Amino acid sequence: MSDWRYRIGEHKGTLIAIAIFAVMFTIYLVNHPAITSNGFSATAVANVVNTAANKGVLLALVAVAQTLVVITSGIDLSVGMIFVLCNCLASAIVVGSGWQTALGVAGVLATGLLCGAINGLIVIFGRLQPIVTTIATGAIYFGIALALRPNPDVSDKFNGDLGDAMMGRLPGGIPASIVALIVIMLVIWIPFRRSPIGRAAYAVGSSEMAAYMSGVRIGRAKFVAYTLSGLFSGLGGLYLTFTTASGAASLANGSTYTLNSIAAVVLGGVSLFGGSGSAIGAIFGAFAFRAIGDLLFDFDIEPLWQSLFQGIVLLVSVCIGAAQLVRVRNRLDLFG
Amino acid sequence: MSVVGPMFRMEGVSKSYGGVRALEKAGLTVEAGRVHAILGENGAGKSTLIKVIAGVVEPDEGSLILDGREVTFPSPAAANKAGIACIFQELSLIPHLSVADNISISDPPMRFGMIDQKRQRMIAEEALARAGADDVHPLAAVKDLPLSRRQMIEIAKALTRQPRILILDEATSALTAADVTKIFAVLKRLRSEGLALLYISHRMHEIAELADECTVFRNGRNVATYRAGTKTDAEVVEMMIGRGYSHIFPPKPAPVSTDKPPVIEVRSLTWYDRLKNISLAARPGEVVGLGGLDGQGQRELLLAMFGVLKGVSGEVLVDGKPVNISSPRKAKSREIGMALIPEDRKTEGLMLPMSVADNLSYAALDLFSRAGIIDRAAERAAIDAMMQLLSIRAAGTGISVGALSGGNQQKVVIAKWLMVKPRIILLNDPTRGIDVGTKQEMYQLLRRLADSGAAIIFYSTDYDELIGCCDRVVVLYDGAIKRVLEGPEITERALIASALNIATDEAASPAPGANA
Repeated sequence: MSDWRYRIGEHKGTLIAIAIFAVMFTIYLVNHPAITSNGFSATAVANVVNTAANKGVLLALVAVAQTLVVITSGIDLSVGMIFVLCNCLASAIVVGSGWQTALGVAGVLATGLLCGAINGLIVIFGRLQPIVTTIATGAIYFGIALALRPNPDVSDKFNGDLGDAMMGRLPGGIPASIVALIVIMLVIWIPFRRSPIGRAAYAVGSSEMAAYMSGVRIGRAKFVAYTLSGLFSGLGGLYLTFTTASGAASLANGSTYTLNSIAAVVLGGVSLFGGSGSAIGAIFGAFAFRAIGDLLFDFDIEPLWQSLFQGIVLLVSVCIGAAQLVRVRNRLDLFG
Repeated sequence: MSVVGPMFRMEGVSKSYGGVRALEKAGLTVEAGRVHAILGENGAGKSTLIKVIAGVVEPDEGSLILDGREVTFPSPAAANKAGIACIFQELSLIPHLSVADNISISDPPMRFGMIDQKRQRMIAEEALARAGADDVHPLAAVKDLPLSRRQMIEIAKALTRQPRILILDEATSALTAADVTKIFAVLKRLRSEGLALLYISHRMHEIAELADECTVFRNGRNVATYRAGTKTDAEVVEMMIGRGYSHIFPPKPAPVSTDKPPVIEVRSLTWYDRLKNISLAARPGEVVGLGGLDGQGQRELLLAMFGVLKGVSGEVLVDGKPVNISSPRKAKSREIGMALIPEDRKTEGLMLPMSVADNLSYAALDLFSRAGIIDRAAERAAIDAMMQLLSIRAAGTGISVGALSGGNQQKVVIAKWLMVKPRIILLNDPTRGIDVGTKQEMYQLLRRLADSGAAIIFYSTDYDELIGCCDRVVVLYDGAIKRVLEGPEITERALIASALNIATDEAASPAPGANA
């Protein structure tokens, strides 16, 4: 019925992100040397998909972290640093087996939560702009990561079994990482999205004044958004440790993930002005962004061009998003 | 359960913004089952009063008494909780959320710890039906809806909170006549259910139809309360007037001869539904005022002339020749020579952190540049001349504009545009929030500019200014010209009457003894 029109309208950004991902990933798959040389065998496809999934989930988690803040019309430049910090921490404390590992995982996630909560508290009570706040806290988080792991270190005590399990495949060739991501989203994102707090976060991002006038609890909404953002960055850091079994306080890694998370969010149809978009879209945006970057390997093009190519694709998609500004009636609205 | 006496009362409420008193020992008594209308001209303190009741601003002094007990509302949420719902002019809707989300934003229905989408949808459908807006789909995003529908959603949203006191602040200004009829039916039903309604409107016929009691505000005080229907429109206007002339205006010269060709003329200017077929002209030496209630299209008219709006139809003639002013840059070019003194000097007029000198000269840099290089000496001289002309009081031209007083900031804005030697000067409520002394200097400046041959179009929300400064006043109502007042016709009575769109001959004619 006519409901569909509105539902599609609401999820337009996410649907476009899914479409971009589907196109990019299909091109990537059918041209992948490992698949073409093996005559499109199921195992080859499953292998390529699994690798792509394991790489994509890292950016997807950080992109969800970014989405949570962007929805409130903020921006978080510390997501990559929390990601690196939690990676270093995980390499040190996710050790042993059984309950000890579980405790380590809990510690890593608690650290992510705490980092996010600190960001939120500064933004809410310090009334600082999110961008400035998170540049500063990001530097601090990175400093702590550096103190933890002055040198990149392959942790011999790291619980590798857990890492292998998370990177492997479930029966039927389904990547475990994707299943984990789906479970995380079902347990954290969906309840958030459907809760009054989640709605308040969108309301704050859409129009903070109107939200205030409606009696929405603005501070609480922002706090929860920032805190959950920290948790997702932490999950990303933990997952990075599974894939590398090591911890490295890599500045390049932190910065790249921060910037790529913003790219993924934009590709995923989340408005940087806040108030609209979905973390689901951001996840597809992240996978699409990864696929775009990896496409070059298919065609044996120098990796040098990767950044340039990703940049062009991003620019084009942002331009499409900005097309609505052409319809503005009062030019002063352009600056609002 | 019911308490004898009024449901809600406020006493001795005062509120100042900076040095300006918006409310001064104001009082109001609201009874259950009644519609109480609040009247007053621009700046009489109506909106501040409502904001106090709705918990948006905290009063400096005074008390609010609900059901015989003193209460304070530190936030809108607190006022909501006490049963006060306020319908602002589409201020409280969240654009990206759906209609249903908006309607239950403050208290969504819950199920298993999450928002119950199905029930929320039902609540929305019910509320929309009750407000007479069942043509709105509950899943539509608010930002995609036209203004009149948004206003209906505001009303539907307020109703779901089951308020005891419902405040409508110009809630009908964006509505069509059919919607108003629907809303009135709803409001009358609510009144019979025992709600107290506070109704603020500039539409006198609406007040006549709906109100039981009326209170007139003037200069931040409640000056009269009367039963609806016991006063004529003329008497009401009389009560709304009554501000003494506190400003000194320069004498007006003899009217500019009508055979002098206008510098600027607009013919049937139209912009969507906000400006309707507006034609006016200004000759050199004339000060043409724009009057009417706040928000009747005056700002849009100035912006349209200055090339800010897109999709404007109609003709603009400068020196009798049609021109196409497509941007502010074009407007200020030498052949057109137009300047707009904006209303919000902090965002549209000044770059606050930059120096006085930089602010003064940047609109006129072309004039002192040779081959793309700024001639510093010429710039310096022009800045000094302007500082003197407007007697701008600043510790030096190198300090940042943000450090100046409001009045001096406004002078900088004006001086900046005078640097380009405009022939057509548009002013958008330039004296709002500045002190009386500076205002006086500004009136004299306006007259001097006109005398030196500029055509001035001057929008002001202060009727005294229009009376004191203008040779002609064009009164706008709902985006169209309501009336043009010339010379001695420009009286406060005529301005208010035509601004309120009430029978002008009754209110405008000096009926002796009408207020006896």
